Amino acid sequence: MAHLDISDVTLSFGGLKALSNVDMKIEPGLITSIIGPNGAGKTSMLNCISGFYHPTSGDIYYKGKKLTHASPHQVSNMGISRAFQNLELFSGLSVLDNLLLARHQNLKYSFLHAVFFYGKASRIEAENRAYVEGIIDFMELEPYRKNLVGNLSYGVQKKVEVARALTLAPDILLLDEPMAGMNQEEKEDIVRFVMDIQKERGITVVLVEHDLGVVMDISDKIYVLDFGELIGSGTPEEIAQDPKVIEAYIGED
Amino acid sequence: MNTNDKLLEYSIPQLLRWRVKTTPKSPALREKDFGIWNTYSWEDYYAYVRKTALGLKAIGLAKGDVIAIISDNIPELLFTAIGAHSLGAISAGIYQTSMPAEIAQILQYLKVSAVFCDNQEQVDKVRDVRDQIPNVKKVIFEDPRGMRTYMSDDWFIDIKTIYEMGEKEHTRNPALFESLVDEGKPDDVCHLCLTSGTTGLPKGTLLTHKNYINMGVQLIQVDPLEPTDEYVSFLPFAWIGEQMNSFGVAMASGITLNFPESVETAMSDLKEIGPHFMFGAPRIYETIRSQIWLKIDQSYWLNKVFYNYFIKVGLKAAQYRMTGKSMPFGLSIKAWLGKQLIFRPLVNQIGFLRLRRAYTGGAALGPELFTFYQAIGVNLKQIYGQTEIVGIAYMHRDGDVRPETVGKPLPGTTCKISEDGEILSRSDSVTPGYYDLPEKSEELLEGGWLHSGDAGFIDENGHLVVIDRLSDVMHNSRDEMFSPMFLENALKFSPYIKEAVIYGNKEDFVSCLINIDPIVVGKWAEDRGISFSTYMDLSGRPEVAELIMEQVIDVNSRAEKEHFKIKRFALLYKLLDVDDGELTKTGKIRRKFVKERYQNLYEALYDESVDKKEVEASFQYQDGQSAKVKTSIQFYTVKGAK
Repeated sequence: MAHLDISDVTLSFGGLKALSNVDMKIEPGLITSIIGPNGAGKTSMLNCISGFYHPTSGDIYYKGKKLTHASPHQVSNMGISRAFQNLELFSGLSVLDNLLLARHQNLKYSFLHAVFFYGKASRIEAENRAYVEGIIDFMELEPYRKNLVGNLSYGVQKKVEVARALTLAPDILLLDEPMAGMNQEEKEDIVRFVMDIQKERGITVVLVEHDLGVVMDISDKIYVLDFGELIGSGTPEEIAQDPKVIEAYIGED
Repeated sequence: MNTNDKLLEYSIPQLLRWRVKTTPKSPALREKDFGIWNTYSWEDYYAYVRKTALGLKAIGLAKGDVIAIISDNIPELLFTAIGAHSLGAISAGIYQTSMPAEIAQILQYLKVSAVFCDNQEQVDKVRDVRDQIPNVKKVIFEDPRGMRTYMSDDWFIDIKTIYEMGEKEHTRNPALFESLVDEGKPDDVCHLCLTSGTTGLPKGTLLTHKNYINMGVQLIQVDPLEPTDEYVSFLPFAWIGEQMNSFGVAMASGITLNFPESVETAMSDLKEIGPHFMFGAPRIYETIRSQIWLKIDQSYWLNKVFYNYFIKVGLKAAQYRMTGKSMPFGLSIKAWLGKQLIFRPLVNQIGFLRLRRAYTGGAALGPELFTFYQAIGVNLKQIYGQTEIVGIAYMHRDGDVRPETVGKPLPGTTCKISEDGEILSRSDSVTPGYYDLPEKSEELLEGGWLHSGDAGFIDENGHLVVIDRLSDVMHNSRDEMFSPMFLENALKFSPYIKEAVIYGNKEDFVSCLINIDPIVVGKWAEDRGISFSTYMDLSGRPEVAELIMEQVIDVNSRAEKEHFKIKRFALLYKLLDVDDGELTKTGKIRRKFVKERYQNLYEALYDESVDKKEVEASFQYQDGQSAKVKTSIQFYTVKGAK
């Protein structure tokens, strides 16, 4: 059974159809990419999955549970986390604090414990820190641990954004253009991280990305959107041969 | 017989065992991992060495075999090295920045039978050249990340598996390890240290247990260390400068070695530890000084006022402190005030507050830098030595720091100047020779003296003065002698100049290529509203050339002899770089190579009619790709130089 089953989803804003009758199946343990020209509805799709938008019609199931109308925090609690294209970090906090804060939902101790910071509270905070340090090590963020996010370069901030999503220990990680605005070296870096996220941490990755070279190299399955419609799907080889996809990307001659 | 003499009768593993007996629970190593400093006591250290040694034995490492280490500084590196020493095997360090082809050459030359790598980056390099190194039986790695597909291949082995094998062996035969350690002799070769190789391929210097321990013992006779002192291990392990501390000084004194979390965090980890002594190449001290100047420049006005006033006081006080004379009362009050108000907080910012001594070596450092560091309260001293004598053989004594000298020999070291003016030394730390190079070894140790290849003399205070490499000393067309390194250092004292290459051998005058310092000059340009994009662009700005012209004129005005004056210079469009083969791994200029590479610039420097030349610049990136860019380069003639 598919991990995430998107069936017949339509999203319209007034007369504009951002998505129309889209079907997707996200298989566990794979890297699935969603590609398409600007305005094709890629980010809208992610917004529907993560609960920021709710589909006008159609349904989304996660492990058989319906999350069509779930709110973002409910989706996140179910194990789907997301890294945003436009960084959603607290620029006035350090990298460490950003990551610790992202795990606030895992901090289950009472106000009284917090006041005295004794017993349960200090133990949970220590566990939380240990978990976050594991992510810092994984994403190689050690040199920036105590730097304010706002002072870091864009490439590093992007890494922090992915790390923030990872601290939630998700089953599915939604990555919205993690490589946009990066130079070649930073891109290669992120690709390595995305592959390690899938292979070493066993997390299912849904990737929205513009860089076709990257997508073709690392995806197990690709969905192609154009004007809100699904115009193709399959393995990278199949997609590269698909005349409809070629037309959407290169245009008619 | 005092304790120190007793130490000289041990091998490194035996000395480690002695440390366990005397102070089992004191910290020996500390490593920052997942944001926390984890401590290994001497007892733990020994236990890990035992596990590793028996594990290495289980995979077939035996007496006389060589194990290469390509790794950032981590405790496991020492476990592997000293584990190998316990078996009578020999460790060898390879620089982490080495390219696969170079690694293959070294592994072949040293007949290496196993390699220890810290992570996938190094493992992959060894894997690339696998077919060229049939002798290598196993590749041991520490961090398994990214190597999931290698697990099925038994050529690769996790250090944890080595530990398990070692533990199993130990339960089966608990007396084995101790008897192996007992077999070690102080005069056995334990490590092969690659010389930096300003010329040709590196040579493997044979070093014995006694070589290392003697160096540590003699050093702490001059500059005592407490067992509670801290040292931060951030120099490349393949360099003698790191081994002499981890094998020699730490074992002889019982200090704690601290391993940074990663190479990038070394400087902030240093700040957390606050070491009591440190050692580094001149570049480190030059960089830190530039950073201090930049920070003061960006600081608010009160700090600047304090700094500008008290640095003058400090410089004056430093003159007294360095020569060991007592200060006039007024000056000592002012110097104390300066220390409390500005210098203590300042050195605390870089983690030098507890630093009792800082050593610089490997290349010469501008005299002004010593006075600068002494002025801000950092006891920076020059050392002199070479790989073949375990790093340090000469050094300044406290209260006797003369910037133009390298100090006096350590106890047990004798110094002689040969008839050609070459510095010769003799001590218990002198190598028995090079690996598999009998002719070179003979040359090196001719007549029972270690031949340094450096020209020098002993001054009236008994201090050794090093002039330059014998082979580097130049003569102009009128056969007047000058030392390029000396002039380069004079230029490099300017904060705006990062690197300089002096020419003038068999020419009429001295000229040079200059690398501006991108950070300091960048800030200077920013402050003046001069816009620039790349390093190449910044170097080409006429305003920058004017700035450098002032620096050169200043250096010329202080030249001791007329023929030392620099007549022409050009600003190089790229920084000299290790990856391009222009610098050695320890940051020394490869003169011959640089001259050949920039031959067209050299010709233009000596053709006074040329003031501009179009050149094609080629770059080599770290991944091996290269790129070409066209640019024009200006040549400047300095006024007032003949």
